Formats: sequence, structure tokens, C-alpha cells
Amino acid sequence: MNPQPLDRFAERLRPEVRQSVHLGCAGATQARLTALTRDFEDPEPLRRLAAEIRQHTLDHLDTYLEAAESSMRRRGIEVHFAEDGETARKLILSLLRDHGAQRICKSKSMASEEIELNGFLTRAGIAVVETDLGEFIIQLDEDHPSHVVRPIAHRNRGDVASTFQKHGLGDWDDRPEIITRRARAYMRNQYLSSHAALTGGNFISAESGRLVLVTNEGNARFSLAASRLHIALVGIEKIVPRDRDLSVLLGLLARSATGQHLSVYTEFIAGPKAPGQPDGPEAMHVILFDNHRSTVLASSCREILRCIRCGACMNVCPVYRQASGHAYRHVYPGPLGAVLGPLLRDPAEFPEMADLPKASSLCGACQEVCPVDIPIPDLLLRLRDRTHREKIPSSGSSLPLREWSLLASHPLAWRAALFAGSAVNLLPPALLPSAALRTWSQHRTLPKWRGGAFRAWFRLRRRPGGPEAEALALEAEELLPGTPV
Amino acid sequence: MLPRRPVNRTLPLPHKRLQLMITCLCDAFYADVAQASVEILEHLGCEIEFPEAQTCCGQPAFNSGDWEAARRVIRHTETVFGGNLPIVVPSGSCSAMLQHGNALCFERQPDLPQIVDLGRRAWEIVDYIVNGLGVRCWPGRLAARAAFHASCHSRGSRTTEAASRLLSTISGLELLHPNEPEQCCGFGGSFAVTFPHISTSMGNLKIENLLALEPDFVVSADMSCLMHQQGLAQKQGRPLTVRHFVQVLRDALRNGGFLGPA
Repeated sequence: MNPQPLDRFAERLRPEVRQSVHLGCAGATQARLTALTRDFEDPEPLRRLAAEIRQHTLDHLDTYLEAAESSMRRRGIEVHFAEDGETARKLILSLLRDHGAQRICKSKSMASEEIELNGFLTRAGIAVVETDLGEFIIQLDEDHPSHVVRPIAHRNRGDVASTFQKHGLGDWDDRPEIITRRARAYMRNQYLSSHAALTGGNFISAESGRLVLVTNEGNARFSLAASRLHIALVGIEKIVPRDRDLSVLLGLLARSATGQHLSVYTEFIAGPKAPGQPDGPEAMHVILFDNHRSTVLASSCREILRCIRCGACMNVCPVYRQASGHAYRHVYPGPLGAVLGPLLRDPAEFPEMADLPKASSLCGACQEVCPVDIPIPDLLLRLRDRTHREKIPSSGSSLPLREWSLLASHPLAWRAALFAGSAVNLLPPALLPSAALRTWSQHRTLPKWRGGAFRAWFRLRRRPGGPEAEALALEAEELLPGTPV
Repeated sequence: MLPRRPVNRTLPLPHKRLQLMITCLCDAFYADVAQASVEILEHLGCEIEFPEAQTCCGQPAFNSGDWEAARRVIRHTETVFGGNLPIVVPSGSCSAMLQHGNALCFERQPDLPQIVDLGRRAWEIVDYIVNGLGVRCWPGRLAARAAFHASCHSRGSRTTEAASRLLSTISGLELLHPNEPEQCCGFGGSFAVTFPHISTSMGNLKIENLLALEPDFVVSADMSCLMHQQGLAQKQGRPLTVRHFVQVLRDALRNGGFLGPA
């Protein structure tokens, strides 16, 4: 059997990392369930409504993008389209340079992770500070987020205390309140000296042009308050048709992500600072960002673009809990990433990521918790089908499935194999006739082969008496000792 | 298989005739589960047809991405299970394949309607007994502590609720529910051998949660999950007895004198 990269990664994962991931995920899964069942008699209709809103938007995305663009322009927001990462990076840099911005505060944005924006801006001489606490710790350590909501899901508080100590943010102390207070003190000065705020965007209303930002730390609000320029990098799929759709999506987002009714800060940003307003950025630019999303939209996996990035699928995923987010080799981990990771790459790079859709037992827990009911297992299966059709070798199954399918469509051969299979009972595990059976037997026993025993029993009871029955009785007795015949 | 919404199905015919699909796993390893299926259905007055040419639902190839191979097997199944009788399966996984996976596998095929029709006739066996035949209470008795494993491929179907309700009416049977019931045990078909480390780690977590209940046995809708859990436990020298829902129902009948002795 070819070792799968994700399985190998999980095998080598440090136990303390696995423990952090597991505890965080189990806690978040429980919090979600508690919040939804406490607040709604039956959360299912709400989940289905949210799915319909998102799917409807995707099915008419061209219309809603145009509507969103003109609504935003009416509010004095400059709107740009960026087809790929390179375009987005250059655009951001030129906007910053036009405004003479050398220091920027950034609030959490997965889209910016897609294009490795921090490294690019730093190399261009711009000082970037991540203001979300988790992302700040990631930045200090030159690490990568391992979860879409909890970027440091793979770390524990002791780790964080060491990071702070190493970077001169106080003596080692792993009390969360101390860590938070130190980050806050550090961040205040950063906000005050920042020239520009860079954010992502959770939603944009096509109807009103409002940009919605969700945080628990208020860091986006602080970043915006002190900056002259606001740049938001937002995936084209983040549009919602109307403001009232947000009432469905925001409540589900917070409950699914952390078990809150709403996140602590929900900003509705309706444009740059208006005349007479005391503060806020004088210029606001929204970059609608494609980066292969149009390709996904045209593919058989369009539904994945419904995602509102709550992270519930990765929290509940037993594979993610074993492997951690970095195992997915991409910005988006877990079940979401197993679909989106391969699709957000250049199509020529699909083969390199084609193992990810196989990294699932297809248990379906992800779809069960998804606030927008994305049929993730179906999408994983469609990608497996694509991988097979495109004859991508790295993820080719080593099971002889074609031969098996011939057997399973020829009943006589099937029955012969059922009887012949009992030879397996006599073999020691090392001599089993297939790699799959040997791998199975390394960690598990095989049940006793009783091929055809039921068939013999069933035939016999239909024809009691006579010589044929006697022969069948012997056959059944041999295969199923102790069975009444 | 996958989570799914209850399908619009053919109602069981009043004379309770049905076709039994025993699954490849029971055909090869778990004959007693197939036998118990027959015994309890006949106890309920069902008349059982067993199409001898049946093989497998096609899921191994479907899940591995070889949809062409899967379609070959599914077409065979569609031919073998002709007619309009309900098709009853002692497996949440195989019934999910028939009801949902098949349609996905055939989404761009000309014979999709026939395949969808096959799915409409398919029932997981406890769903059939409770929601099809309307059985609400099970006679007989079984003095035991049973740890209930909700199999993943019963998600979104009515099986878990139906089984939970029906088993809890058995005199003497104590149903126990483990922690983290939504967590998969790690079987996943070929996943068990292509991701052996993750699969066995998931399985060990599941076994811990089940054994913590100190049950006499683990009971579930799917022998595939149980094969994996028992195989893991046995390899580690820890006793873990497993029973399919239908074996528990059959044993209760037998103890109550409703069937002949074993």
C-alpha cells in the first residue's frame, strides 16, 4: 500500500499537538450543539434556509456581483476585481503606496493567507501587524494557521507563553488573561501608529453594499478607527442578496463556530468616513477576489462555495482531529480543505493535492454540522471520481476494484469465490493474498470466513427432507457449526 | 455512505412480501446476521424472496473513485432485484448506497431513473420494521447491557432513532450510549487500509468510549463498523462482543419462546 501523506503526517504528529487539537475540537463541537439545541427546537429548517440562500446566490452570482458592485460604489467604496493572487497582491501594494502607508494593521483574513500577503508586503518594505491574537502568535512564530477560526488550534498555552517570552513580551506566564493583557497593550500602540487597515470580509450585501466583519476581539474595529485607508480582500462568493439574509447567516455562523449567539463584534461597514463623522478611514477599497473560485463555480463541486468559514466541519472531523490542520498542506484544512484545497490550486496542480479527497472515512459528520448543509461527502466522492478518470497515479487505489467488479457482476463466479475464500481462514496474516488484507491484519484480527453459509441454510429450509437436503445440511453444518439446520 | 434525507419510497405491500439483500459482508463473514434477518422478518409474517444472483451494493468501488466499476455492480444489482417489492438490507451503509450513493454514481447516466427507482424500494431493516411495518414494541427478553453504536451511514436516515426506540422496548435490555456518539469508528471501507494509522487511532478512541460503558456487547446497524471495532479490540487482547440489531431482536424472540431453540 502506498503510504498516504496525511496518514504519515498524523503518525508523526507530536502527542501534545494532537491533544490540543482534540480538546479544542471536542469543546467547539459540544458548544455548537448546545447553542443550537438550546436556541431552536429544530435547527434543521434554519440550516436548510441558509443553504438555499447561499446556493441561490452562487447560482446567480454574476447578477449579485454586479448589484454588489454598484451598491458599494453608491456608498463611495472603490471596488476592484482581482482574478488571481498576483493581481491582488500588486493592487494592495499600489493602493498602500498611493496613500503613503508604511505600517498596516491586519485583521484575520483567510483570503490573504491564500496569497501569502504578509510575506509579500514585508518584502516590499511594509510593516504588517496581525491584530487577531491567534494570528499574531502565528506571525511571531512564522507559523501558519491550522484552523479557519482558531488559527492556533495546534498550540497550547505553554507554547504561547514561550513565544511571548522569546519575543520580549514579558516573562514566561501561561495564564490566558496575562497573555491577552500583554497582547492588548502591545496592540494598542500598533493601532495608533497604523496607516491602513487590511481586513477580509465575512459577507457583502448586494442590496445595500454593506461589508460585514465578524470578530470576537474587536480588532477589526480598532484597526479601522485609527487608519486613513481600509482595504478589504473578499472572495467573490461572499455576497448575500439582501441585508435580511444576514439575520439567518450571522446567527448560524457564530453558533456553529463557537456556540455564541453572535460574535462579540459584528461590524456593518457602509463606506468610508462620511463628512462630519469623527473618525474612520477616508478611503475604502474592496477587492473582490477570484483566485480560481470561478473555476470551482463551474465545476461539479460548486456547493463548497456556500461555505461561511465557521470551522464546524473541521471541529467534528475525526480525521482532522488525528492529523491537525497542517496535514492538509493548504490554507483551508479539514473536510472543507479536502474539497477546496485541490480546487483552489491551478488546475495543473490538482494531481499534487488529489490525495486530500481520499482522506476521509465518508462518515458524514461534516455535512451534519454544516450551517449551509454542504454535501461534503458527495463532493469528496466526485473528486475521487475525477482523480480516477484523470488517471492520477498518486492517489490510485491499490485495491483490485475492476477485478472485484467483474466478480460482483457474475453471480456464479461470486458464489465460487465465496466458497473458495475459506482458504483465508487457514493462512497466517503475513501470507494473506492481498496487501489490503495484510495491512488490515497488522492492527486487527480478521473475522472467520463463512462464505456461502447463509445461502446453504436458506436453500435447505425451503426444501425440507430428501437427499438434497441432507447434503445441504452437511454443507451448512460445516460452514456454520452449531446452526440449527 | 452519506447523510441524506429520507427518500420517497414505495410503501411495503400489505402481504409483506419483500426481497432480502444480505450484503457481501454477511455473505462472506456474518451468515448469522443474514439468518437472524430472515428469522425476525418471518416472525413478523413477511414472505422473503432471496435473489440468489445478488452480490454486493457496489460501494467499495464507488467510495474508491472507480465509478465505472461501481456502475457495473450497481447495474447487476438493479437487474437482480427486479420488480416492485421492497428491498430490505441489514446494513445502514448498503441501504444508504442504494438510496443515495447510487444516484450520485449515475448522475450523468441514461439509466439514472431505474437506479433511483431501485433506491426508492430500499430499506434498512430496522427502519423497515419500525417505520415500514409499524412495529413499536418488541416481544421476548434479553438480560444484557448493550452499548449502542450509531453507525455513520445511518446519519440522516431514520435508522438510529428507530433502532433506539425498538431496542429499548425489549424486556431486560439496557441500552447505553457512549460519549462522542457522532465520532466515526474509522472503518470507512478502503480507508481502513489506505489510512491505517488514522483509522486505527479513530477506532481506539471509539473502543475506549464503548468499553467505558462496561457493556455485554456493542450493538449496531452495520457489521462493517463492528468488524473493525472487534478486530482492533481482539488484536489488543481486549474482549469486545459485537451484535447486529437483528441478532439482538432474534435472541430476544428466542428467549421469549417465540422461535425454536438455537
